[in-house]
Amino acid sequence: MVWPIRRRAPAAPRTLRRSFVTPEGVDLRLELGGAGARAVAFVLDAVMILTILILSTIAISLLVSDGKSEILLILWLIGSFVLRNGWFILFEIGGRGATPGKMLIGLRVVARDGAPLTGGAVIARNAMREIEIFLPLSFLGYQASQDAADAFLAIFALLWSGIFLFFPLMNHDRLRIGDLVGGTWVVRTARTALAADIGATETIARQRRSFSDAALDLYGVYELQTLEEVLRLARPEAIATVAEAVRRKAGIADDGDDMGFLTDYYRALCVRLERGMMLGRRRDNKHAPSLGRQR
Amino acid sequence: MNALVEEGAGIPAAAVMVNASRFRAAHELEWKRLDGIVTRIERRGIGALTENDLLMLPLLYRSALSSLSVARETSLDRALVSYLEALCTRAYFQIYGVPTSFWSQLREFILRGWPQAVRALWRETLVSALLTLAGALAGFLLVMHDPTLFYAIIPDSLAGGRDPSANADALRATLYNKEQHDGLAVFATFLFTHNAQIAIFSFALGFAFAIPTVLLIVYNGLMLGAFLAVFAAKGLALQAGGWLIIHGTTEIFAIIIAGAAGFRIGTAIAFPGRAARTDFAFAVGRKASVAMAGAVVMLILAGLLEGIGRQTVLVDGTRYTIGLTMLVGWLAYFYAPRRADGLADS
Repeated sequence: MVWPIRRRAPAAPRTLRRSFVTPEGVDLRLELGGAGARAVAFVLDAVMILTILILSTIAISLLVSDGKSEILLILWLIGSFVLRNGWFILFEIGGRGATPGKMLIGLRVVARDGAPLTGGAVIARNAMREIEIFLPLSFLGYQASQDAADAFLAIFALLWSGIFLFFPLMNHDRLRIGDLVGGTWVVRTARTALAADIGATETIARQRRSFSDAALDLYGVYELQTLEEVLRLARPEAIATVAEAVRRKAGIADDGDDMGFLTDYYRALCVRLERGMMLGRRRDNKHAPSLGRQR
Repeated sequence: MNALVEEGAGIPAAAVMVNASRFRAAHELEWKRLDGIVTRIERRGIGALTENDLLMLPLLYRSALSSLSVARETSLDRALVSYLEALCTRAYFQIYGVPTSFWSQLREFILRGWPQAVRALWRETLVSALLTLAGALAGFLLVMHDPTLFYAIIPDSLAGGRDPSANADALRATLYNKEQHDGLAVFATFLFTHNAQIAIFSFALGFAFAIPTVLLIVYNGLMLGAFLAVFAAKGLALQAGGWLIIHGTTEIFAIIIAGAAGFRIGTAIAFPGRAARTDFAFAVGRKASVAMAGAVVMLILAGLLEGIGRQTVLVDGTRYTIGLTMLVGWLAYFYAPRRADGLADS
């Protein structure tokens, strides 16, 4: 690529899912932590740091009168330095790759290239907090301590440093300046439980409804998965609305059992669409040609 | 694959089932077991695993990955696919993404990472050193020429009575100050935390195209020169040099390196060359941050030398010896050629 001419970068995806291929060749489709989750995790960490700092300061100031003030003062100085700079670094350098705040939210710092997270990367990403957080804070403090004559300068400085603070909102990968310099990003690694199977488990004995091909040709994968969501949430009014809509379209009489009807319909539609997939015919949504006509 | 975990109840041979149900029945136990192992590592570390679990982890992980691939191609059960995606992601980072232990990282840092990182910054270090020198020279000449400028350069809180209005005896007293003995350790700690914060700050500020870092480094030199000028004007240059050098070689060197690390990041972002800006930024940033971490370690030593060494060693000759020995030591540690590097390069 010659310098002045830059190929336009491919349009970044709107969602927070990113392609990430493991050495085994499977795309994990990582989900990045959103700006909100990241901010909440940071606030949690900040609250923890401040709580520890305030409690230890009170404890030390109570103990100082005992005459051992020197050692306690040293402990306090080192402790506050380690809290400010070491909290993020030491927690993220450990195997979890997350501070307590991130752990609570279900986030994890990982290297963007998928390699192990090195100490250098963690230090780089967290040293940058100096200009992201502490610089704007110190400008705020400066403005609070000065009179109005300097307010303009302080506001200008605050705006300038605000660019760093709000940098994650300006790129698609929600990278902080620190992530940029450290080559990291923050992904969601929340523990999820396997939701129950709508398909086969319950009531094998029950006689299932059967549906005509015409009724099953109404919908595609998108509608199937929306139906899956409705069934999992199991909100009565939503179930009733959806069941009514399906019955009307397919011309099936109401038998009073909306849940059973939708479950059977889901199962039948799923089997039909999956069979189509096996034969290489995938019907993405109801606007795509029906499976029968794709031949 | 079924052999990995004993299968539970067989698949009921009833009516046609959706693929997801068949698939869940066949593999759910494996996924649950992997989930359990990964959760245990996440909560209590890799040490919490039994030998058997440790051996099973990669097998179960690969089996879950292949389940994910199959599920994506054959199943329309979205809950199943997203469960497997989350599970595989967590397992992946436990297997591939975990750094080596803290202690082996520390060893690597001291033996190789730190000197290598500093050596890679030699150009920036040279520039940073020259800027400090230029600042010091300017500060010295300015204050020699017009002592009132001292007050413009150095804030009152830092001067502590060492200003042009003090007489020679008072200045001499500050150089061989003994009264502070009881507060020594606190003083040393305060100096360290203060300087280390500045080092980290000058590194981070490098991101703004290195301009604030340049200002910080020049200002640091300016203060140095101004202080020396105050003493030189009263004929105390040599003594002040000893007062400064005992910790100064370590401390100023550390600040110079931290500044150099900031320059490296700033220039990498301003002039990424042919590489993409983001790719280049982190390749450079990771290495420069190692140098900055090293600078913080140097500042711990400098704080000890300044707070304790300087207050107890009151002979100029010894002060110079300690300071210069430290300098030679650092230079040898950073720049002396090593056998290990030769092997790694060849």
